[in-house]
Amino acid sequence: MIHSLFLINNAGDLFLEKHWKSVISRSVCDYFFEAREKAVEPDNVPPVIRTPHHYLINIYREKIFFVSVIQTEVPPLFVIEFLHRVAETFQDYFGECSESTIKDNVVIVYELLEEMLDNGFPLATESNILKELIRPPTILRSMVNTITGSSNVGETLPTGQLSTIPWRRAGVKYTNNEAYFDVVEEIDAILDKSGTTVFAEIQGVIDACVKLSGMPDLTLSFMNPRLLDDVSFHPCVRYKRWESERVISFVPPDGNFQLMSYHISAQNLVAIPVYVKQNISFFETGSSGRLDITVGPKQTMGKTVEGLVVTVHMPKVVLSANLNATQGTYNYDPVTKILVWDIGKLNPQKLPNLKGSLSLQSGAPKPEENPSLNIDLKIQQLAISGRLGSFISVGCDSLPAGPCDKALLLLTLF
Amino acid sequence: MQKLLQLPVNAVNIVKGVQGVTQGQEEALSPVLTPDSGPQNWYSAVQPEELRHLRSGGTGGGGGGGGGEGSEDRSALEEGLNSVQTQPLRHDDLKEMLDSNKDSLKLEAMKRIVAMIARGKNASDLFPAVVKNVACKNIEVKKLVYVYLVRYAEEQQDLALLSISTFQRGLKDPNQLIRASALRVLSSIRVTIIVPIMMLAIKEAASDMSPYVRKTAAHAIPKLHSLDPEQKDQLIEVIEKLLADKTTLVAGSVVMAFEEVCPDRIDLIHKNYRKLCNLLIDVEEWGQVVIINMLTRYARTQFLNPNINESLLEENSEKAFYASDDEEEEDKKAEPATLAKRKPYVMDPDHRLLLRNTKPLLQSRNAAVVMAVAQLYFHLAPKAEVGIIAKALVRLMRSHSEVQYVVLQNVATMSIKRRGMFEPYLKSFYIRSTDPTQIKVLKLEVLTNLANETNISTILREFQTYIKSMDKDFVAASIQAIGRCATNIGEVRDTCLNGLVQLLSNRDELVVAESVVVIKKLLQMQPEQHSDIIKHMAKLIDNIQVPMARASILWLIGEYCEHVPKIAPDVLRKMAKSFTNEEDIVKLQIINLAAKLYLTNSKQSKLLTQYVLNLAKYDQNYDIRDRARFIRQLIVPTDKSGALSKYAKKLFLALKPAPVLESPFKDRDHFQLGSLSHLLNAKAAGYQELPNWPESAPDPSVRNVEIPDWSKCSSRKDRKEKKVEKPFYSDSEGESGPTESADSESDSGSGSASASGSDESGSGSESEESGEETESDEEEEDEEEEKKKRKKLDKTKAKKQCIINFDQFDMNKITSVFSQTLAPSGSIKMYELLHRIKGEGLAVEYCFSRQPFSPEPNMVAVQIQFTNNTNSETKNLHIEDPRLQSGMRIREFAEIDVLAAGESVTVVMGIDFCDSTQAANFQLCTHTRKFFVSIQPPVGELMTPAFLTENDFKKEQGKLMGMNEILEKLTLGEKCVNEHVIVERVTATANLSRVPCGSDKECRFAGKTVSSGCLVLVTVTTKEGGGAQLTVNCEKMLIGTMLVKDILQALSQ
Repeated sequence: MIHSLFLINNAGDLFLEKHWKSVISRSVCDYFFEAREKAVEPDNVPPVIRTPHHYLINIYREKIFFVSVIQTEVPPLFVIEFLHRVAETFQDYFGECSESTIKDNVVIVYELLEEMLDNGFPLATESNILKELIRPPTILRSMVNTITGSSNVGETLPTGQLSTIPWRRAGVKYTNNEAYFDVVEEIDAILDKSGTTVFAEIQGVIDACVKLSGMPDLTLSFMNPRLLDDVSFHPCVRYKRWESERVISFVPPDGNFQLMSYHISAQNLVAIPVYVKQNISFFETGSSGRLDITVGPKQTMGKTVEGLVVTVHMPKVVLSANLNATQGTYNYDPVTKILVWDIGKLNPQKLPNLKGSLSLQSGAPKPEENPSLNIDLKIQQLAISGRLGSFISVGCDSLPAGPCDKALLLLTLF
Repeated sequence: MQKLLQLPVNAVNIVKGVQGVTQGQEEALSPVLTPDSGPQNWYSAVQPEELRHLRSGGTGGGGGGGGGEGSEDRSALEEGLNSVQTQPLRHDDLKEMLDSNKDSLKLEAMKRIVAMIARGKNASDLFPAVVKNVACKNIEVKKLVYVYLVRYAEEQQDLALLSISTFQRGLKDPNQLIRASALRVLSSIRVTIIVPIMMLAIKEAASDMSPYVRKTAAHAIPKLHSLDPEQKDQLIEVIEKLLADKTTLVAGSVVMAFEEVCPDRIDLIHKNYRKLCNLLIDVEEWGQVVIINMLTRYARTQFLNPNINESLLEENSEKAFYASDDEEEEDKKAEPATLAKRKPYVMDPDHRLLLRNTKPLLQSRNAAVVMAVAQLYFHLAPKAEVGIIAKALVRLMRSHSEVQYVVLQNVATMSIKRRGMFEPYLKSFYIRSTDPTQIKVLKLEVLTNLANETNISTILREFQTYIKSMDKDFVAASIQAIGRCATNIGEVRDTCLNGLVQLLSNRDELVVAESVVVIKKLLQMQPEQHSDIIKHMAKLIDNIQVPMARASILWLIGEYCEHVPKIAPDVLRKMAKSFTNEEDIVKLQIINLAAKLYLTNSKQSKLLTQYVLNLAKYDQNYDIRDRARFIRQLIVPTDKSGALSKYAKKLFLALKPAPVLESPFKDRDHFQLGSLSHLLNAKAAGYQELPNWPESAPDPSVRNVEIPDWSKCSSRKDRKEKKVEKPFYSDSEGESGPTESADSESDSGSGSASASGSDESGSGSESEESGEETESDEEEEDEEEEKKKRKKLDKTKAKKQCIINFDQFDMNKITSVFSQTLAPSGSIKMYELLHRIKGEGLAVEYCFSRQPFSPEPNMVAVQIQFTNNTNSETKNLHIEDPRLQSGMRIREFAEIDVLAAGESVTVVMGIDFCDSTQAANFQLCTHTRKFFVSIQPPVGELMTPAFLTENDFKKEQGKLMGMNEILEKLTLGEKCVNEHVIVERVTATANLSRVPCGSDKECRFAGKTVSSGCLVLVTVTTKEGGGAQLTVNCEKMLIGTMLVKDILQALSQ
């Protein structure tokens, strides 16, 4: 299956290689570099590249290309999904998945890669198991290790690998047993010029942080599970129970994980919380243009809109922007032609406005179309899907030992 | 070794290398005690090497990927030599550190070496120093040595052999994890000389008691196969053995090995098919992908095409679902040949099983699993059911862009064949401005495929917006998409044409050129109706500057000059005037136009043509000069002109076929979807063709496993034996229930079995006994009559003990005691503890007598019967060395001094299972031998009856609501006709007592767990038409869920 892995940074430096079978020369990456050059944008590099003897399947994440070498037929998604899992594991271990952290922790990275694949087939990809095998680095531990010469390889042998619950490590003990659930919802909407919604959907995830002793068996139920149009689960969730009872029953992994993601796609349900008035025009003569954007609240259900950011992808001919923002800061990058206006909190009394002139490349024809706007915002304590449920009940039944023998938690989420 | 071939990368590094020199020198002052100096270390260490390449590597730079092995070896050797010479100091340091006594120094050295390997630098000359540390005590050093060994063993085969003995020792270690890791490294060392050792190790590991070691053995199979393909036959034997394994841990890995070593040996799957289907949900994600892909291929060879009689499908799907195994088999045997044609299609229950068991996996978080299920449904499911995969695939479109890319490719293929499936999700394929171009183009492809009469207007409106995008490649693709919609849907052709014509006035060259090209293609389909458009385009020629567009217009006019007889010569006139200023492609088309007009309308255009040809004759471009010469010879009749000029008109004005605008994804579905080959639209190495459906179904009975024949003593005993042995070997044995039940179950039952399987995934070995229940229940049915006879015997046995028990209860409860004793008497099952062959003549059976264990009330009484089948006495029978889970206790029976030949004796022992179904392991000793045995209780045996009144019951039930209540709906089995049967079944499953109840629709039972005394309340409410609802209230949720499962099974039989 996966033969080798090369990590390549944005500048085209190959900074790490790992082989699970016989060594494959780095020169296969030349095909990748060729494709990379052709694609211009890193996003546009085809995920699967065919070379005379190998296939290169790559992902681009955190400014790093993960290029894997394949020799025989394998489902491409299998490899892509695995590579993303590798990136996530790095993120989990080092806080971020960047070239410098990987270089700093090259030994741990190598040990991780060694455990994650055996002969190109995934072996241990669950974070709980990996952490038992190889402890993540902490400042304290690296200090202690330097002095005492001890290692970050776990002393005990991982038992989780042996159980039928591979995602949970055994013998977890906490003095405080606690479980947190975060519901994060995103609206993904396309609006047309006049502001009518062309397409809207709500995408939500439930992130959990469970710190419970023993082998807790939790259930989570919604007030109104019918709203959920489509769901996907962490492997710990029992599918059949969901199918028959619409109850999420699971033995959680220890620590942070994404329990489920769901999707709600009822058009009428989606209320877009803000409106945008925009007027971007380019003059026929004089190679300049005007820009005027105002953002205001629409349906925020009494909550404040935070983290408001407007991004405009300007046409290529726009050289610079001389604007004035009543609130927040703006930044125009003349290379990528992206105008970012970071507003922050939306004040309904005094609507933020960005106004000013754009200067265009002289002599170039005026762009025929107005650029599209992307708006990102955050609203705390509000589920856009609204009626999903005012509370989620969590039941917990833990097996022998551990102070939390039986707990019933009621969480108010939004 | 690969450095010779990678000059560009090295060249970049040299800059850094130079920087590294100074650091390296500083470091040299304290070479040993600098921690974590990997990067500087490495850069400075390799610097001389790289300079060497700069000097000599120029020739190797262009070598490409192939690089022959011989040359690689040589270069490795060279490099090894070279590095020793040029940098003795640096590596001497490392060697010194490796030779030291301190683990910390060794570790430090290994870390630096691994850092070198990670960066692709050669560290092979350190091999002897490193390999010495293979037996190091420190785990991390050991692991890093393994990393090194696996990387370089291939190059230093002789030295690598030094390490083998360490691994061979590791293979015998009592700890399963050490055994596994030894096998893993041993099999990863690619040294051909150790093939026999590997083979032996794999064979041994394949019958290891730990499933984890067996999993590692499965992983090792493809490694050995790639090292020495001649071992294939032996390896297939091992695969066959491992395929029969019943643990989820092994399943994925062994199927992987199967796919790599012998994907064509489909016959190995037959016996394991049902088991794999049932295990699937509990296998880890990666294994699921491999298994699903394999089963797709399997199903294609074994089942009939479900879409063979599409019209009949509707009415028959019901029947296919419920029809029993036997009936269908008969059906098929009756007329296998004509089945496909005349008989309505009936789905094989195994086919249904596969579809049903994979469906929940559409909800997996892993995109690869979802895709695997999607392709399985696409290739195997009846048309009516394929639709369910659309939603899941659309979900994947919100994932990373690489995932989107692959999914969209597959959706594009599917949407051609099954358009209706994705139509509801049309808007999910709308393009976002932030999508990368490759995603946008694929989405366009899907949108185009989905376009039909009803949604075309929305789609076209959407396309119009896309044309205004700033991404020009995407705009071009959008225009082509419009063109394709226009060709596919007749109604909108005119609208599209008009829209495209409008685009001709667009300022962007690319838009215009692309539109002209598309219009040209559209017009070719029905030119006679569109002479006005051709006229319009002729007018455009004055304004349009894009050469490609001008050329296309000229071609159109030339081709259809007969439709625009007046305009064409005029256009030629204009063109002749501007000929010298035109681009080359336009000039060529002018010549073509001139030639065509000369042939059709020579009167008006003769002079013009000659003028153009004369101009072309002196053009700078030789293509144009050649073309002019060639055309002149062909069309202008001269004396010398040959036979060809007669056919000039035919040559130039031949009817050209209209270009077919079709999706590049058409017919890609002959590749298995989701595969690499499908994505590339070319067969990748190792791709297994998806076979066509068979004409008539092969014999379905090959998948039958012999086990259902329970009445046969032998097979049953074998199984029992296995079961008794297993839990002893390892505590964490991953044996799971679903397999057991799956084997014995007919189609109708297996659904519930797999459901319970997934529920039980958390509880591992506990689910074991659920299978047990099924077995015994079936047994009950099969040999009910025999049973009745035995019942009587049992009853007498039971009664004897009853007498002792009676005094423990108040007299007023005697009535209920009576009802209690009645029930278990019918269901006392003997379990085998020791088979007489294994016990060398000593046979031991046990049963849960369901009597309180008087010495300690919180223990479960286990009645054990010893039978001596030998010819000699057995002495000193006793228990030794119990190995128990924490909290569990055991109360041994008094030692049996002598058991005469042919005699039997019965004793009672007590075990406190702590309300868990963990097995109690201990040794059974005679005066000569020791036998390892274990007793594992079904959940129902962990309780004693509790006697409650109806009011008490309701009160207690009220306290155990919410999380402690488990509700389950069920359909009663055919034989559960009346209350009496239900009571019998429930009490047979669990040691509960009946609670009086006013309603005849309800049966209530109560019990307490033996060791902690938690109440267990069970209510069965029957409804009209065989439906029922089961409620279990119990504080211990695990016990509750397991009990629900068991009772469900008992009642739905």
